[in-house]
Amino acid sequence: MGLRDKIMIGLGALAAVLLTRNIWVMLTGLPDEAFQGAIFRIIFFHVPAAFTCFLCFFLALVAGVVYLVRKNLQWDAFAVSVTEVGLAFGAINLISGMIWARIIWGIWWTWDWRLTSMLVCWLLYAGYLVLRRAIEETTERARLGAVMLILNFSVVPFVFFSIKWFRTQHPQPVLFGDGKMDEIYRTMLYGNWVPLLLIAAVLVMLRMRQENQQREIDALRRAAHSF
Amino acid sequence: MSALAVEAVWKFYGDYPALRDIRFSVERGQCIALLGRNGAGKTTLIRILAGLSRPTKGFVRLFGRDAGERATRAQVGIIGHGIGIYDELSALENLKLFAGLYALPSPARVAAEWLERTGLDRVKDGLVREFSRGMRQRLAVARAFLHNPQLLLLDEPFTALDDRAIALLQGLLRDALHEGRTVLMSTHQLREAMELATHVALINRGRLAYTGERSPEMLADPGYLYRVHGEA
Amino acid sequence: MTFIRQILTVAAKDLRSEIRTKEAINASLSFALVILLLFSFAFDPTSETTREIAGGLLWLAFAFAGVLILNRSFARELQNDCLDMLNASPVPAPALFLGKALANYVLLVGIEAVCLPVFGVFYNVTWYTHLGQLVLVLLLATWGITVVGTVFSALTVNLRLREIMLPMLMYPVLIPCLMAAMRLSTVLIDGQPITGDDLAWLRLLIGFDIIFTSLAVVLIDTVLIG
Repeated sequence: MGLRDKIMIGLGALAAVLLTRNIWVMLTGLPDEAFQGAIFRIIFFHVPAAFTCFLCFFLALVAGVVYLVRKNLQWDAFAVSVTEVGLAFGAINLISGMIWARIIWGIWWTWDWRLTSMLVCWLLYAGYLVLRRAIEETTERARLGAVMLILNFSVVPFVFFSIKWFRTQHPQPVLFGDGKMDEIYRTMLYGNWVPLLLIAAVLVMLRMRQENQQREIDALRRAAHSF
Repeated sequence: MSALAVEAVWKFYGDYPALRDIRFSVERGQCIALLGRNGAGKTTLIRILAGLSRPTKGFVRLFGRDAGERATRAQVGIIGHGIGIYDELSALENLKLFAGLYALPSPARVAAEWLERTGLDRVKDGLVREFSRGMRQRLAVARAFLHNPQLLLLDEPFTALDDRAIALLQGLLRDALHEGRTVLMSTHQLREAMELATHVALINRGRLAYTGERSPEMLADPGYLYRVHGEA
Repeated sequence: MTFIRQILTVAAKDLRSEIRTKEAINASLSFALVILLLFSFAFDPTSETTREIAGGLLWLAFAFAGVLILNRSFARELQNDCLDMLNASPVPAPALFLGKALANYVLLVGIEAVCLPVFGVFYNVTWYTHLGQLVLVLLLATWGITVVGTVFSALTVNLRLREIMLPMLMYPVLIPCLMAAMRLSTVLIDGQPITGDDLAWLRLLIGFDIIFTSLAVVLIDTVLIG
């Protein structure tokens, strides 16, 4: 077992321990929130998932830019891995939000600016994966993918501002009245981000290894066909 | 200063090296034939020389300047696999367009001159879509030569040309070499290539297997190079 | 100076080919009209609601029509490997890009100019009360669509399923631009000038145009040459 595997297993184990501890505290230690009842606990996954998602998208931008400068395919492998993991956490954010909305608001979906923006961002990055699927040659895929990551990330602020303006024209249900939260809840919210980040890191490492192996296989296949 | 200097060029597709450490140079007035089997890397190399692709490692210098620079490309004429002219434009419009893109002082005059040289002045206003294959090829030759390029990059130029186009191209290439301009062509048509070539480069699976002057035995027996320096 | 002449040469070439074959214009114009027709079944076209959603309707039609123009833009160069010849010429990639974008822009604005009166007649709206401002919004938003669309046209030109990939990748990026255009057009068609809060939308539109034009100019060389 290589060092990389040991690190991955170590991080994964740490994530599992932290997550178990957090869930235990959430279920037994924290009181129900006054207005929302038991379901409010979903926020400890919902919000850190969004943080993780946008951190991933930001790292993907960095990886794309570095790839274009250095032309090292490791950075492309990192870009695609981190985007996929970001999309997974984006999906967790969207789905957990929908479950919460069903119970508190009685509807699965509302065109609140946060929900809409998240969905648009999710689609933008899903588009990146679709683009990659359509390009066969590895180097071309890396190059065009990096360009798309730059375009995608540049439009994210526009998406958030415009949808916020657009939607605040009509009153919508708001998440927490004035955005304030009790100290114990806030601690748990950030505390639970740590295991989610660890899980994200392990997934990115796994996916990157897979991507690097795929590239090696492609090169070998190509070499075999050139005889 | 060489007309063309390829300095330790590598090109990777993913982890696969399509070109491995290619080094050679071509002096002004020389004609080099680039030989090699399909998939050996000839087209990849020519695309890099033409500035259509960038080497992963190494440099290509044309007349001492980077091949990627746009200003350098004004010195280069290209004939590739496609004819590179627009079907929905007329012969005259095509040539005027390319004269304009190469920023020639009087595009209309240059276009008219080349239409005459290629024998297409009678049909200059006809749409290329309606041209015969041979006429299209001659127009493509005019497109490649009209800006008086100092370096000509030809990828399989003689494949699929008709007699008249071959004669035209050979004539123009001879004139060009005579004027001290430089030619690089990849080819399967060994005999036509060997007649013009002063030098030869053989690419074998992305590696430069041989480069040097064209010797008399290559002219007599075009398969010679493959047998001696090619793969077993 | 040379740069501008090169842009115009490329744009003139594209416009000439397009006007000669009319492939994209015909398809795009009829598509826009069909969409305007189809919308009339989605709601009661004479009612008051028309004016509330007029901007949205109009820009959806324009965005759909735009894709057909943009799809052709780089695909046109594939035949006979013309794109290689343009890339191998001394024309810098940004000039090539801006030339193509300019041609697409002219075509798209032309199509919009035809659709707008038709829209007014079909849906019985007086769209020309604030003509100057409407034209401004139209020109700004269309440039946004064009510049993003032309980049994606270049990005997708060599892909399988190019025609499907372009709209799928392009529309999410265009959402802020389209939203601003929809909002502003709705206000203007309703007979009110752009004031107060809506000026922010105009600024967003201008910002979008500037940022994506700059990004396109910087990135286009990377897109075209591997």
